[in-house]
Amino acid sequence: MERVKKIKSGDVRTASRLIRNLEDGMDEARAMMKHIFPLTGHSHVIGITGSPGAGKSTLVDGLVESFRKKDKTVGVLAVDPTSPFTGGAILGDRIRMQRHAEDPGVFVRSLATRGALGGLAKAVGDAIHIMDVMGKDIVLVETVGTGQQEVDIINHSHTVIVVLIPGMGDEIQAIKAGILEIADIFVINKADREGSSKLRREIMAMLDMAPASAFPAGWRPPILKCDNAFEPVGFTKSLEEMSQTIENHYQHLVKHDLLGSRVHRKAAMELNEAIRCSVLDPVLSALAANGELERMVEQLMKKDTDPYTLAEEIARRYLKTAP
Amino acid sequence: MGEKKIRVMVAKPGLDGHDRGARVLSRCFRDAGFEVIYTGCHQTPEQIASAAIQEDVDVVGLSCLSGAHRYLFPAVAKLLKEQGAGDITVVGGGIIPEQDFKLLYDAGLKAIFVPGATLDGIVDWFKTNIKPRD
Repeated sequence: MERVKKIKSGDVRTASRLIRNLEDGMDEARAMMKHIFPLTGHSHVIGITGSPGAGKSTLVDGLVESFRKKDKTVGVLAVDPTSPFTGGAILGDRIRMQRHAEDPGVFVRSLATRGALGGLAKAVGDAIHIMDVMGKDIVLVETVGTGQQEVDIINHSHTVIVVLIPGMGDEIQAIKAGILEIADIFVINKADREGSSKLRREIMAMLDMAPASAFPAGWRPPILKCDNAFEPVGFTKSLEEMSQTIENHYQHLVKHDLLGSRVHRKAAMELNEAIRCSVLDPVLSALAANGELERMVEQLMKKDTDPYTLAEEIARRYLKTAP
Repeated sequence: MGEKKIRVMVAKPGLDGHDRGARVLSRCFRDAGFEVIYTGCHQTPEQIASAAIQEDVDVVGLSCLSGAHRYLFPAVAKLLKEQGAGDITVVGGGIIPEQDFKLLYDAGLKAIFVPGATLDGIVDWFKTNIKPRD
């Protein structure tokens, strides 16, 4: 495979095109992933998530800088939302990262969610593999601005960073589940603003109440503060601390043999996705193409039948093992 | 399966901070169903070419209101060609006098949009002339 060789040698054009073909759902691109998948496993994948405007892109930019100082090559996958009405998207994360545009050790690729709900795009998993095979030491994945439940990022990352900013809610928000439970590292960004100490206390209290099992091999998520990006000295210092903490987390995973559980989680999710893609999608598109899907919806509107009966009928038709 | 989307990069080369037009256009392209990568102001031609390749766009739309289009637009087109990405369409817009059109077309630009161009007209041009690659 000529193109796999090119990707292995780090060819940006070939890699970006393959990512695009995967986004567009082309069968040929999926077939190519069969050759990419066995070559993966080199990169440290770091997920960065948090609410819109929390400063994720700016932190990613700063992290790229600090990893480059340590001579590590970096891939960035930045996800922004697709408009549910027009299908278009404005991908603006790159604005904060353009100073690395000419550095051959950095590859930044923007992706639109295209209807995916978990805070990422469907092609992100494959795009991570591609950057991995290109030889990137670090792959940073920036989610869309998230709320409380967009937790897909844990399925793809070895290290998850949750970025919070002061003034986003009281402690009731902190004891809720979801996004706060997935953090390996908390970052309080814009920490010069009022309320950052209170936010820190709230996260501490939340962590104090968590069962010991929430901290694999004793890793209690550290809470870092990050100074205003417009104060370069403090900001750079904050980022160096952050990249060191990320490195420590990875060492912790390696030392306590926890990397396997993360890889397992990702593999299980990928299998799930692939089955959905190979089994469910063709059934749905066949039903849509011959108009049956629409007829079933009409039947449901008239209450002639129910969704459960219809689904069972479809299962009997398409699955050999269905009862 | 799936759908091939048009990917557009909107870029502002050089020392020009007037980005209202570029932002309005980005929004229009989004509403037309394109995926738009916007890279902000003050970009060098090198940054723009490199970003266009990393993002695998079909077309780069350059906006320049400073008068430096005679240098900046051809520079982007040349860099793309040199880096094996001559198939990425380059178009430009801004305050561009008619006597400069030939120089820009000769440099490889496929369209130039000047004051008076309508948003619908620009989007139509893109829909007609830009085909997402396979």
